[in-house]
Amino acid sequence: MSVDVPAVPRTPALRVPAGPSRQAEPPTKIAVRDLNFYYGAKRALDAISVDLGANIVTAFIGPSGCGKSTFLRTLNRMNDIIAGTRVEGEVLIDGRNIYAPATDVVALRRRVGMVFQKSNPFPKSIFENVAYGLRLNGMARGRAELHGRVEESLRAAAIWDEVKDRLHESALALSGGQQQRLCIARALAIKPEILLMDEPASALDPIATQRIEELVYHLKRDYTIVIVTHNMQQAARVSDRTAFFWLGRLVEYGATDRLFTNPREKLTEDYVTGRFG
Amino acid sequence: MMRDRRRRVVSHAIVLLCGAAVVFALIPLALVLFYVVSQGIGSLNREFFTHTPAPPGELGGGMANAIVGSLLVTGIGAVFAIPVGLLAGIYAAEYSGTRLASSVRFAADTLNGVPSIVIGVFAYGLAVLPFHRFSALAGGVALGVMMLPLIMRTTEELLKLVPTTLREGALALGATRARAVFSVVVPAALPGILTGILLAFARVAGETAPLLFTALNNQYFSTDVRQPISTLTVQVFNYAISPYADWHRQAWAGALVLVTIVLTCSLVARFATARLERMHRGA
Repeated sequence: MSVDVPAVPRTPALRVPAGPSRQAEPPTKIAVRDLNFYYGAKRALDAISVDLGANIVTAFIGPSGCGKSTFLRTLNRMNDIIAGTRVEGEVLIDGRNIYAPATDVVALRRRVGMVFQKSNPFPKSIFENVAYGLRLNGMARGRAELHGRVEESLRAAAIWDEVKDRLHESALALSGGQQQRLCIARALAIKPEILLMDEPASALDPIATQRIEELVYHLKRDYTIVIVTHNMQQAARVSDRTAFFWLGRLVEYGATDRLFTNPREKLTEDYVTGRFG
Repeated sequence: MMRDRRRRVVSHAIVLLCGAAVVFALIPLALVLFYVVSQGIGSLNREFFTHTPAPPGELGGGMANAIVGSLLVTGIGAVFAIPVGLLAGIYAAEYSGTRLASSVRFAADTLNGVPSIVIGVFAYGLAVLPFHRFSALAGGVALGVMMLPLIMRTTEELLKLVPTTLREGALALGATRARAVFSVVVPAALPGILTGILLAFARVAGETAPLLFTALNNQYFSTDVRQPISTLTVQVFNYAISPYADWHRQAWAGALVLVTIVLTCSLVARFATARLERMHRGA
């Protein structure tokens, strides 16, 4: 694909230097190469190149409109459904470009699950919400297996004890925090490799937020997690790596503790110290 | 102080004005209902529901054939209009930005504004002339054409109200676009869509003009869709313009039955929607 020469200098592929005190660099799960993204004529992402590690939590931070959610949604091609958008560059998951013409988008989204900013349970029962993806992908043979998988997913999302006696009630009767954990259970049910979370706690109260954060912490053993947040404390608490976006560019990427305590870029420093944003 | 008082007075005056407008809008409905009930109730009896019309000059007889005929013809219309209207509405909502969708939308709105007598002529050309015969089927085609834009536009509007996040939720789980629409988006809008269908049914059940030269009329009891059939509206029309007092009486009774059917549809629609909504919300 052709790439327009941008006015601003390209961001090189940013990697965390393997210093002596640094834990071993995790293997790369998602490699992004020179990614540009357009809404119509407006460029929303500008030459993004970055390697996201497997089985760690990567947080995307930045002010509103900086492109962090747009970037997240390019990772499972969720932007495809928005008319008038265009992508240039490559996103390689396990070395294969998901924007290659032969890519099966439906199969891609089974591997790359997503949790949205606003909880979006289907207007069905709690059980049916989790069973939806399992049925869709033919992942359960028979009732017993289906029930087992639903329970397993609800347990993994730390909501089983709260809903086990009301599985067949409407999911819309749950509280906001419970709905969001149900949506996580629904995403986990189909066993994705990567879990994208788009500000999953932004609409929740502090206690519900804490539960989501604990959940994220536990889930990274089994999943590669990418989380968008506008809350810097949250990024600092839950993530191993942080990427700071500004005006559609990836300004800085590195180990979370290093990025917050010793940012290399002036912009990052201004943002994490609250000088703008 | 003065300004405060003036503001209160103006506010009250406007509320009063709105209230008066509401009452004014309800007066015709109340009068129609009152008139139809008071004039029709006296002529409603068992015979009215079980017998076919008596020959001119003879007293008695009923509209059993017309009641069944009305339901049958409107039902045929629904059978034509529901699948097409639903699918067209889904298309228009899903591919809302495309040229085809806006053409379909424009066509539906135009069709909605076509006088019903013209729809009757159209159905005459389509379903009467080729077979050299008036029929219940032709009447159904006419009513179906009238229901089509109503169902399509309600379906489209209600689907557009379903939050995008629901659709994205399904897509993110590996659903194809069609699967997401039929398993998540449409069910979420279903209560409203059902209401729309029932209201469309009630709307066209009261149509006379499109039936005049399609379903025509029939003295006898018939459920044969290939034959002319009697309907309440046409029967009421024929009786009302007749010179016989007994037929006038029966026309009022027929009107009462018709109004009852239409009102029942509307009430069922409202009730069913409320119930389904509650089930959805899980409250």
